[in-house]
Amino acid sequence: MVPTTFYVLLSAALFTIGVLGVLIRRNAIVVFMSVELMLNAANLALVAYARERLAVDGQVLVFFVITVAAAEVAVGLALLVAIFKSKRTADIDEVSMLRG
Amino acid sequence: MDFVLFFLTAAIALAGAIAMLVARNAIHSALFLLLNFGAIAVLFLLLQSPFLFTIQLSIYAGAIMVLFLFVVMLLGAEQVEAAQDKLPWQQPLALVMGAGLLVIAVITAVRGGSNDAPPGGEAAEAFGDPASLGELLFTEYLLPFQITGIILLVAVIGVVVLNQQRNQAQSEETPSERPGSRVQP
Repeated sequence: MVPTTFYVLLSAALFTIGVLGVLIRRNAIVVFMSVELMLNAANLALVAYARERLAVDGQVLVFFVITVAAAEVAVGLALLVAIFKSKRTADIDEVSMLRG
Repeated sequence: MDFVLFFLTAAIALAGAIAMLVARNAIHSALFLLLNFGAIAVLFLLLQSPFLFTIQLSIYAGAIMVLFLFVVMLLGAEQVEAAQDKLPWQQPLALVMGAGLLVIAVITAVRGGSNDAPPGGEAAEAFGDPASLGELLFTEYLLPFQITGIILLVAVIGVVVLNQQRNQAQSEETPSERPGSRVQP
């Protein structure tokens, strides 16, 4: 079996890539994809630790994370469509109406 | 054998994630993310989680990615980053802070995880059975499970309301411009 640390290291790398995507990219849809990537990286770490400790609870938690991610994507993409209808762009630099 | 499979899948997952990050076209990004999700699903299978493998493929790689691709194509938002970046200093700063985060995460992972192989034996053989997961879901985690149902319901209602309100506001504000506004690019 592969040691748990390897999985957690892979999860850390994927999470960092997701954070970079949120910080660097300006296409709002790609930013959303990066958030999904971060959620997936967290899931991978949870499943790896569940396997190490032989506790199914970790997998249950991943199940809940996937459910919440699905709801988040639905609402987020609906928001994005609404923004696109009014602003005609998916560039998050253009959407600064709430700036003080 | 396990190691070969792990490193191969991990390489595919990392390549998919990095390609998603650098791809200029949002559709390419979505497809690379699909590759990454598939690789992570295989890793779930390596970690003895057949139920999560199925969920990952059907919900993430199936439903969520179809939603992403659909919205990208609906909005025609494949390439919205052609304009000049308003915050040019942000990108190098993001790279530096990302590297810092990676260092912290790696240190935490190395200190917290064990380098030994996970336990085997009879308990490991029975681990990850979908039946045991379902049993836990309907006994110990019954309340959170029902709350996820409410969350999904709220999400569905939210999506409907978000797009309905927009249509009403548009027709109330500019009743005369409505035919013309549709042909605008």
